[in-house]
Amino acid sequence: MHNFLFGIYPYIALTVAIVGSIARYERDPFTWKTSSSQMLRRKQLIMGSVLFHIGVLVIFVGHLVGLLTPIAVFDAFGISHGFKQVGAVVVGGIAGVMALVGGGMLFHRRWTDPRIRKTSSTADIVILAMLLAQLVLGLLTVFASLGHLDGHEMVKFMSWAQGIIVFDGAAASYIADVALVFKLHLFLGLTIFLVFPFTRLVHMLSVPLRYVFRPGYQVVRSRRSVPLPTRAGPVAPGRSANK
Amino acid sequence: MRVRAQIGMVLNLDKCIGCHTCSVTCKNVWTSRDGVEYAWFNNVETKPGTGYPTDWENQDRWNGGWERTRAGKLQPKQGSKWRILSNIFGNPDLPEIDDYYEPFDFDYDHLKSAPELEAFPTARPRSKITGERMEKINKGPNWEEILGGEFAKRSEDYNFEGIQKEIYGEYENTFMMYLPRLCEHCLNPACAASCPSAAIYKREEDGIVLIDQEKCRGWRMCVSGCPYKKIYYNWQSGKSEKCTLCYPRIESGNPTVCSETCVGRIRYLGVMLYDADKIDAAANAPATTDLYDAQLDVFLDPNDPQVIATARADGIPEDWIKSAQESPIWKMAMEWKVAFPLHPEYRTLPMVWYIPPLSPIQNAAEAGAIGMDGAMPDVRNLRIPLRYLANMLTAGDEEPVALALERMLAMRSYMRAKTIDGVRDEAVAKKVGLDSAMIEDMYKIMALADYEDRFVIPTTHREQVEEAYDLRGGCGFTDTNGCSPGISKGSMFGGSKKPLKMPEELR
Repeated sequence: MHNFLFGIYPYIALTVAIVGSIARYERDPFTWKTSSSQMLRRKQLIMGSVLFHIGVLVIFVGHLVGLLTPIAVFDAFGISHGFKQVGAVVVGGIAGVMALVGGGMLFHRRWTDPRIRKTSSTADIVILAMLLAQLVLGLLTVFASLGHLDGHEMVKFMSWAQGIIVFDGAAASYIADVALVFKLHLFLGLTIFLVFPFTRLVHMLSVPLRYVFRPGYQVVRSRRSVPLPTRAGPVAPGRSANK
Repeated sequence: MRVRAQIGMVLNLDKCIGCHTCSVTCKNVWTSRDGVEYAWFNNVETKPGTGYPTDWENQDRWNGGWERTRAGKLQPKQGSKWRILSNIFGNPDLPEIDDYYEPFDFDYDHLKSAPELEAFPTARPRSKITGERMEKINKGPNWEEILGGEFAKRSEDYNFEGIQKEIYGEYENTFMMYLPRLCEHCLNPACAASCPSAAIYKREEDGIVLIDQEKCRGWRMCVSGCPYKKIYYNWQSGKSEKCTLCYPRIESGNPTVCSETCVGRIRYLGVMLYDADKIDAAANAPATTDLYDAQLDVFLDPNDPQVIATARADGIPEDWIKSAQESPIWKMAMEWKVAFPLHPEYRTLPMVWYIPPLSPIQNAAEAGAIGMDGAMPDVRNLRIPLRYLANMLTAGDEEPVALALERMLAMRSYMRAKTIDGVRDEAVAKKVGLDSAMIEDMYKIMALADYEDRFVIPTTHREQVEEAYDLRGGCGFTDTNGCSPGISKGSMFGGSKKPLKMPEELR
């Protein structure tokens, strides 16, 4: 069972997340959206949404870097496991509380405001509840981590995550003896990956960073099959149109 | 010089009777769907009033349009690109649906299904968002219809800027006009500039501004970016929508639905040629009062041989050049200068222009004291304050609006002399800088307004766009998925939410 949940299930979840997202982007681009409900009710949204998004982004990047950076890199930079563990607890703890407070506001709004409740899909409510549960579990792991600030437990998770990435068949065994709260946190995290393409979470894949690099502000589209000449400047009358 | 063509519109407010046929036909065609019940791509406001959505003209509040920074740079008023991105989790400038109105429907069925009652059954309102009973409707798409509501509220109208407005609350001095509004299809659209996904674009062939529904992610920056508040967020689909200038009709040479159905025949559609290289400078003119002239300077004379030659080189089709030469928009905006852009101070270079309305003469009781300017009354004695119109149409510069009103009065005076006295009064024409031929042309286009004179729309050149042969055997119009919509109903990815089910009455 342990081997299935942490040795096989990760591949199922990641495959569904990747293939599902590609399929949705390809087959149903109209559904790819943030589903913002700010226009229906501004109250609680701005504060809740900003706290939630910033907290979640910090946590997400923290997990990504913390779990997937090879241990050798940390050693090369002279970052001790204990230091990394304390850093993760502090930064993750603060960001986790931010996200939990923001997410709690968003959930309260979604659940109690008749406008938002009536216009929510089941998936909207379920995914928000899952994220909140994951945040609570994540914050509970902080207390578990306080018992071993030297970072040796954390190294197990790094080995596991990197083992999964490199198709190490024994990956699950690295975390066989960690506390239950960690296992629950991992399982729910993988499940969020599993449902990712079927929820509004996909909007995080279209972070509009390209906006910053867009030349100028305006967007013009042409349907011409032969593009217009790039030449600019007046043409003297009488001459034939040159390209 | 890069010549581009744009379909422009002029609305002759002097003839608008406020019947809302444009709004209703537009709604029936485009926004009778879930999520956009509250949206009116075309709406008609009674002015003075705060409009729809409430107070939309107050950009200190909404931060729509563009601003010229102290360094002389042009950027969206809601902020530069970084600023817009940093507000992506919560847009501080986004209106709430209550700023438009909460859409509602009535329990009409109750009228015929009610059991025997003491009192007549009534149809009470229900919210179209929640389906719940609304005890009181506080707002609608045209809440200030014909000066509805108290003056104190209506006088918050932004166009009263710089006017001692108190006297216009008095019965004897009151005035009103209608303002039909739709997307301006700007030359420098602030909505497109604000879209982080680059989903909003201007079409190179005809200048129509559209939203790519598959690329729109619902970041909702366009809603706050547009100073005219003519982008509507569909709360059901999570995408923004806007007036399309009825592009399928325009492409086939037909007028938009609002124009076609206008019973007052106030709407005109035609081609304008403009110089795309001048847009940046024109939108960035130092003073807001320069913007009207700057935009006039962007337009190119379609009869100038050099413009024609350049237009051909820039790929403008021959019939588009011909349409530009016959364009009613060109005549009204450029030759007669009777049409003006709406709020040029937003720096978007709008392309739906307005002819200001004439109004009865103020203080008619003191008729003897009226400043008569020869045969015509002085336009400064008209009931609608000149400054009010100027605030709306020329960023506060009264002179161009005064000249336009004088020309319209001169046209009346000239035609009255011609039809009643049988005299061609060349003097009255000369006085306003026109000649008799121009005035008679004005009369033909603005007063008679035949269908062919109002709508000069060339068809799109599909042969430049696609190979007709490749279309053979195609699947025609489909719902975004090409020929393969899948076999199951509904979508795995949450494409269709449950449609709102209105509660039914228990029998």
